[in-house]
Amino acid sequence: MPDVGIETSTRASRGGAVGLLALAVLATSMPWWAGSGLLRTGVELLYTLALAQIWNLMAGYGGLISFGQQAFIGIGGYALVLFAYRLGADPYLTLAIGAALAGLFAWPMSRLLFRLHGAYFAVGTWIVAECWRLVFANWSWLGGGSGISITATVRGIEPWWREALAFWLAAALGLGSIAGVYLLLRSRLGLALMALRDSEPASESVGISVTRVKTWIYVAAAAAFGLVGGLIFLTKLRISPDSAVSINWSVTIVFIVVIGGIGTIEGPIVGVLLFFLLREYLADYGAIYMIVFGLLAIVVMLTLKGGIWGEVQRRFDLRFFPVQRRVRLAPRA
Amino acid sequence: MINLVDTLLQGSLLGGRYALMALGLSLAFGIMRLVNIAHGDFIVLAAYLALVTVQALGLHPLAALLIVVPILALLGYAVQRGLLNRAVARDIMPALLITFGLSVIIQNGLLEVFSADSRRLQAGNLSSIGLSLGEGVSIGWFPLMTLLIAALVIAGLEQFLRRTRLGRAFRAVSDDPEIVQLMGYDPHHIYALAMAVAFATVGIAGVLFGIGTIFDPALGPPQLLFAFEAVIIGGLGSLWGTLAGAMVLGVAQAIGFRVDPGWGILFGHVAFLVILAVRPQGLFPRTRDA
Amino acid sequence: MNLLEASGLTAFYGDFQALYGIDFAVAPGEVVAIIGANGAGKSTFLRGLAGLVRTAGGIRFDGAAIDHLPAHVIARRGLALVPEGRRLFPSLSVEENLAIGGDRAGAGPWSLDVVLELFPMLHERRRAPATALSGGQQQMVAIGRALMSNPRLLLCDELSLGLAPTVVKDIYAVFPRIRANGAAIVVVEQDIGQALGAADRVYCFQEGRVSLSGHPRELGREQISQAYFGLH
Repeated sequence: MPDVGIETSTRASRGGAVGLLALAVLATSMPWWAGSGLLRTGVELLYTLALAQIWNLMAGYGGLISFGQQAFIGIGGYALVLFAYRLGADPYLTLAIGAALAGLFAWPMSRLLFRLHGAYFAVGTWIVAECWRLVFANWSWLGGGSGISITATVRGIEPWWREALAFWLAAALGLGSIAGVYLLLRSRLGLALMALRDSEPASESVGISVTRVKTWIYVAAAAAFGLVGGLIFLTKLRISPDSAVSINWSVTIVFIVVIGGIGTIEGPIVGVLLFFLLREYLADYGAIYMIVFGLLAIVVMLTLKGGIWGEVQRRFDLRFFPVQRRVRLAPRA
Repeated sequence: MINLVDTLLQGSLLGGRYALMALGLSLAFGIMRLVNIAHGDFIVLAAYLALVTVQALGLHPLAALLIVVPILALLGYAVQRGLLNRAVARDIMPALLITFGLSVIIQNGLLEVFSADSRRLQAGNLSSIGLSLGEGVSIGWFPLMTLLIAALVIAGLEQFLRRTRLGRAFRAVSDDPEIVQLMGYDPHHIYALAMAVAFATVGIAGVLFGIGTIFDPALGPPQLLFAFEAVIIGGLGSLWGTLAGAMVLGVAQAIGFRVDPGWGILFGHVAFLVILAVRPQGLFPRTRDA
Repeated sequence: MNLLEASGLTAFYGDFQALYGIDFAVAPGEVVAIIGANGAGKSTFLRGLAGLVRTAGGIRFDGAAIDHLPAHVIARRGLALVPEGRRLFPSLSVEENLAIGGDRAGAGPWSLDVVLELFPMLHERRRAPATALSGGQQQMVAIGRALMSNPRLLLCDELSLGLAPTVVKDIYAVFPRIRANGAAIVVVEQDIGQALGAADRVYCFQEGRVSLSGHPRELGREQISQAYFGLH
């Protein structure tokens, strides 16, 4: 009987792990030497990366294409308004409360939304998000339609410290999302998730409860989006229903993941970098950069189904965060 | 009591507009199993096209239909043939994301060309004259006309699908695009023709939309959501069902507006969610899948 | 000259090779049967001829190469397939299923009336949804639909599948009429007795290859079962 084992790491993957660690060390040091502008861009890039990784987990691996994740960004943001601004709780603790609330609401939402499938599910999530936007818009105590400023919640925290904390949190979320998604996919739940993506009926037949896995992923993703949402508005310090629960969050994330490479962990990283570069260079031309982005997404969908990284992976078989399992056969003695 | 009757009337008439907007989506769902995320944006595009036509040729907005509808039909054929036919039927993602991309491109394109200023197609006093039904209840001529046009278009489409060769081919291709080839039909061409028909209705809906309300480039997505809700409430696969669904949506919104102006749209969404919860197949479903 | 000729035909499903160099011919007016075990490639072969499966090698129909033509063009040239499992259109009635078969037809002897004459039991159910009929009746509709295009070659894939023997006999009973109206027939059949009884020539497929071909009367039972099961 040949010696058979399951192998998941590659030489490149050890490079990936080292790279991640190095970035974490770099990120920890940045508040001491980077300027305010760079830190702010860094925060935005890192939290966008976190959102993209989570959306990729849902869609690329779990097959759940949601256009309504902005609902949870809104819940996280408005949790700040309710608990930190109105009720005086510690803003950083409120981030956790926002995440918990988002996860909590996601459960009944999923019961309803899972009656729809595929593209109908996508639009359904969008409609539910719109409901949240309208609820916030009609809730005058939380600012109503015109929004509210929540600077008061961080009064008393020294600006440098506040910026540093925001950056470290964003780095933890951004880099952590890469590590977290990677570890999840390598676990049993991850294997179930990938089986689900390939075939729901086949998964059921080997004992995977499709509904349970999908619900878990949806709820976990919601909590994560809630957490990031809280961080986003803790840095912006001004929130309105139209900015918090905006389809533009989904537009950006979807395009980033699709162009970067859906179904790979490296893909969203590539996508986020490309997005920020494009925005930087085309900023002077107004709406043009969104048109370019949209065109890129269409071109990718028509030609490179796996996005930029999918193409790289296909040609060079390069995986920094490999999630397939290889069966290793040792030669007979 | 009068308030209730008035609300029901206004809501039903609003449903006429939603029905007209939802038809193209319903056809695309039924024949191509396609959700066109840019559907609402094409409606807005049609309205802007009508605006340009009216300004360039000095026509009455309704006459602009003669130009806008054929252009939209051609556009629909091109979009399906050139872009969407390449999206594999088995995997919903490409078509979904391609139309998502189109939505963003159209919105931002319109923004660049026309700016974010609100516009309206001037149709004289067509949009303001009303019909009094006594007891203080009155309905607008234009909403009534829109509802009647919606019903006419649906009746026409039903006849087309039931009685003509091409209509029969549309129904067959939605059943089995592989086997329809054995009949000598090219499914790519049939899908594109179906999209052309769907877009023709979008053209009609867009022109009437532009006359009935003020519009700007960002109004596409809300129309998509209303159209989607109308189709799902009414039930997939039935055009008259879509009309019913649209009227339910309109009435729900009208009741919401009565309670509080900020809650109009929300009541519509809630009605959709309630149907999804208690009767997910919709009111008058005809097809077997969703 | 042969009506249809395939030379060295191969077909793949992704990485899996289903056909390994099939040589095959049908003369005008012939009935040719293809027998073989499940998975031998018989259906794949018919679908390849009709253009539904991509093939390599050569297919000539009526003197012209048709291998890289799309299925709808091949259908218009007079090659009609009755697919495995009937595949009627559920949204269409019996009459509409038949009618759509004739939408792109060339001139010929078949029309709605003639088809209904061939299968009289369909007449009273002509407005029913096609899928409300029994298996045997659906098979008749499927054949009728193919005939409506006035084909010169009719390909029949597993006509007897899931049907009672008497029903199968009724279906095969119309073959002479089809031949008389000018079509050659290729029939893929699990029921060997039926196949050998109806055919002028028979091919046996085994794991994607032709293992035997000839006239039914000249082939012995031993020979056929060896070819069928691949024993030597």
